[in-house]
Amino acid sequence: MTKCLILSMEEWAEKKNKEKIIVEKINLKIGEFTCVEPISLINTFNAAVLGSWLDSSEITIETIPFEGKCSKCNRSYFPKKENGYKSPCCNFNLEEIISGRELKIASIDFKEK
Amino acid sequence: MHLPISDKIELNILHQNSHQAEKNKVKFNNYNLLCLNIMSSPGAGKTRLLEITLEDLSTEFQSAVLEGDMTTNLDAARLEKLNIPVVPITTGRACHLDANMVSGGLKLLEKKINPHILDILLVENVGNLVCPAEFEIGEHFKVALLSITEGEDKPLKYPIMFREADLILITKVDLLPHLNFDINELKSNISSTNPKADVIEISSITKSGFDLWQKWISKKILKFKK
Repeated sequence: MTKCLILSMEEWAEKKNKEKIIVEKINLKIGEFTCVEPISLINTFNAAVLGSWLDSSEITIETIPFEGKCSKCNRSYFPKKENGYKSPCCNFNLEEIISGRELKIASIDFKEK
Repeated sequence: MHLPISDKIELNILHQNSHQAEKNKVKFNNYNLLCLNIMSSPGAGKTRLLEITLEDLSTEFQSAVLEGDMTTNLDAARLEKLNIPVVPITTGRACHLDANMVSGGLKLLEKKINPHILDILLVENVGNLVCPAEFEIGEHFKVALLSITEGEDKPLKYPIMFREADLILITKVDLLPHLNFDINELKSNISSTNPKADVIEISSITKSGFDLWQKWISKKILKFKK
């Protein structure tokens, strides 16, 4: 995941001329229902970019809650592992996921040198 | 020095992988080749499943395998004995196959055989219940194996894997009489995580369930080739 993030940043920077910019913040949106542990992503990113053009950049992560929709009554709810992800209103299985699968670079804060 | 600029890009971190996965899928479609991504934890029985499946399929369909492994070619060597095209993909330190690796594997396969003559490509992913679930490879269907020795709670502990799967194979069910294992609880945990998944109980020892698994594959191949 860290590699994918760095490759995405490289791709973005190609359009900006990376010699002429300093990336200050990479603002991510990470859903709770993904295979990404935010603190691990930050730590591995910091280690991976040491000495590179992204060395001084900081990762911020907005966690997007895991939200489902009950397929019986259409109410939204926050699925919990302890409850088998079922809807608390009707005890229905998790069918529709509204949010929580996000793995996004929301924005990049940078300065021109 | 200029003032900071905020570039709002809203870009999927995995977009490069997704883009390559789409390219892989276009290739599979052009070859009229159904691709299954076979995933599980290490030791759930993926390779044994493939050994039996490839033999069963050989009377009706032409198959090939991309065999993902972190460090060895041991599984690929087992499957090569079946005289089908097998391409090993050694991932090194990576705990999953990604779309680029599969693209590379497909290029090597193209050197071995004309993929137009194939019906199905089985991709055995690296044994891991976490990362393979997030990385598309261009597959048409995802198949997750879960052996009963792993415990009833795994669909809840690794929900992304079991949520993403189109088919879940419960393996090693011949061990049921010897274990304190509640298969109904496992099925309930699968249903609550992924109510849409097909589920088949299977044993590589007694071969129970292999008829259903083979029917599932045949149906998918025939529908795909229409």
